[in-house]
Amino acid sequence: MSVDRTRDFGGYVPAADDELVICRCEEVTKGEIRRAVRDGMFNVHEVRRFLRCGMGLCQGQTCARLVRAVVARELGVPPSALAEATGRAPARPTEMYVFANEEGLA
Amino acid sequence: MNTSDVIVIGAGAIGSATAYYLARRGLKVTVLEKDGCVGVGGSSRNGGGVRQSGRHPAELPLAMYGVKHMWPNLSEELGVDVEYYQKGNLRLGKTEAHMGILRGLTESCVAGGLDMRLIDFKEAKEICPYLSEEIVGAGWCPTDGHANPMLVTLAYYRAARQNGVRYVSGAEVTELRKVRGRVSEVVTANGDVYSAGRVAVTAGYDSRKILSSVGLDVPMSPLLMECIVTEEAPHMFWQMLGTAMADFYGHQSKHGSFVFGGTHGYEAYAAYDGGARGASVAVPSTCRAIIGYFPVLRTLKVVRSWAGWLDECVDHIPVMDNPEETPGLTVGCGFSGHGFGISPVVGTLLADLVVGDAPLLDVSKFKYDRFKAKI
Repeated sequence: MSVDRTRDFGGYVPAADDELVICRCEEVTKGEIRRAVRDGMFNVHEVRRFLRCGMGLCQGQTCARLVRAVVARELGVPPSALAEATGRAPARPTEMYVFANEEGLA
Repeated sequence: MNTSDVIVIGAGAIGSATAYYLARRGLKVTVLEKDGCVGVGGSSRNGGGVRQSGRHPAELPLAMYGVKHMWPNLSEELGVDVEYYQKGNLRLGKTEAHMGILRGLTESCVAGGLDMRLIDFKEAKEICPYLSEEIVGAGWCPTDGHANPMLVTLAYYRAARQNGVRYVSGAEVTELRKVRGRVSEVVTANGDVYSAGRVAVTAGYDSRKILSSVGLDVPMSPLLMECIVTEEAPHMFWQMLGTAMADFYGHQSKHGSFVFGGTHGYEAYAAYDGGARGASVAVPSTCRAIIGYFPVLRTLKVVRSWAGWLDECVDHIPVMDNPEETPGLTVGCGFSGHGFGISPVVGTLLADLVVGDAPLLDVSKFKYDRFKAKI
């Protein structure tokens, strides 16, 4: 489905909870996410790349749903209308030397 | 409604930069993006190098112009910190054979006017104190650097929108149409027709399918590239890194995480099926390469890995041209994995080609009709 991104959100209205930290690893606030959506970041992938929310040590395992909810609310759609951010290997942070010795030789 | 001065196909770093510079010249621009998301192709999947060293002689003037005149001001111009750091590029060697490769690269770049030289281990270690004792020397280009590709792409996208560019995502182009001999209509998968005075195709490897609808073909193949990102670490160094063997490359980002790419030998045979899945051998291979040059990083944790596609042209340089066969059409593809570092310059040059101005720099080496038979 094609989406014309020409959209006028009107002026930014600050919210009382804009200082709330949504992504704890990268310390990204709700207000920053709301502003990014108004800056044209219309899905969780773009917001993640723009602000780093979900790119920290937990890779979004804590905040992914919260980020999606904030983006959805700003866009005026249900969260289920937005695809979740892509999960990427490894599932847990893993030392380079462990990867480097994947055949267990040393 | 669907009429504009220019249609740009592909919303990556190069498409969005082109759209931005066209909008700055007062043109009404529509960008069509296949994906639902901006910059999911090579634009957000590269190591972030802003290098001049190691460039093909045809590309070197573009890279040097960008580093001198565009990258230093880009964050300010686009209103987003694109994390550009110009602290040099170290291309490392461990053997005399490696040093031979580095000597050749250095001589080629010096011939093109670049400030680059070979340095010994001692000098390399002064620049970056974390190197393995196995390293013999390096090619050193002090004016190279790196930036954040995701931010550059989104910053161009954001600035283009602020300048009135219309973006339509989820709009997969299936066909270009000529009207009275000029390419002036673009058809998408859901049947929408967009028309414009000029069309620019900047869609990475997918440009090939789009261009085939008007009988053009650029000899390129999709090549998988794979990267790893580490946890955040205290800041160690700002240089861009590479090796003579090209077994890994990367840098430490402003954030503190390291971004490293590597090769394992199977990239050219990966299945091009719409996704970009990494090979199971990729992360181990890259980690072994990194530890071989930076033993100190062995206990650093990898937090994610990703893969993406390059549009590898047969002669490893792009096509940037208005092909004679297709009036109204500008082609910008085949960047072969070095498009990001020259994206601001390429956006400017493609904008020149679109409007018919004399290009800022010589683009005659990038013509569409350069591919001749070997006999």
